Amino acid sequence: MKVSVRQREGVTVLDIEGKITIGSGDLELRNAVQQAVNDGAKNLLINLGKVTTLDSSGVGELVSSYTTATSRGAKLKLVNLPPKVQDVLTITQLITVFDVYDTEDEAIASF
Amino acid sequence: MPENHRFHLAIGSRFENIELVQVVLNDSLERLGMDGEARHWVDIAVREAVANAIKHGNQQDPGKKVQVEAELVGQDLVIRVEDEGEGFDPGRLQDPLAPENLLKPNGRGIFYMKSFMDEIHYDPRPGGGTVVTLRKRLASPEAGSAERQETQA
Repeated sequence: MKVSVRQREGVTVLDIEGKITIGSGDLELRNAVQQAVNDGAKNLLINLGKVTTLDSSGVGELVSSYTTATSRGAKLKLVNLPPKVQDVLTITQLITVFDVYDTEDEAIASF
Repeated sequence: MPENHRFHLAIGSRFENIELVQVVLNDSLERLGMDGEARHWVDIAVREAVANAIKHGNQQDPGKKVQVEAELVGQDLVIRVEDEGEGFDPGRLQDPLAPENLLKPNGRGIFYMKSFMDEIHYDPRPGGGTVVTLRKRLASPEAGSAERQETQA
């Protein structure tokens, strides 16, 4: 998995590419979110558009990222969910927890 | 399952070996004619079974093996994942959809397997450990073809 971090209009955008799975990507995601929050980010947007596989550990890391950000007074939202990622978040009922957007423009405007 | 679709792998208890299982499984399912969408969900379920065997079963002891075996039984794809751990009590599982568990970072692996396969069950492994059996009903091209012939007749 690759994580690239960029800034756009006061929002820290984390572009994720590849698999978020146990032993391969789950820790990278956690560390990237932790780092952004430690650096003072208050608005975080995770772009999942290029995620190919999300296992239960990857889902767990998304949840941890959300609770970490929220507990530090930051907002964390998701954008560009591929259909398989959307399916997983739907069956785990986490789609109701996360603030999810179809496009980056909509997501950025929502903060 | 014809011999070239059947496989048996023994891997050391390291998470990176899950990728090896995925490659072999994907190749086998592709030969069976399973489409990419269906292969993805079987892959996810098997990943969870192997990850649990490595983490909770074998406690990531690389000296302990995880056995992965796949075969076709009638129209069912049957995949068995065995660990050498201390055993497992499925009755102790929590419901990951319960409101109090929704924001927990773990506890969704077996829920994943149940969601993406038609059947899963756990058995003690002879000599110690756990065997999880995952079953997926395959579409039957023969049955479809018979139906089409009947319709034409």
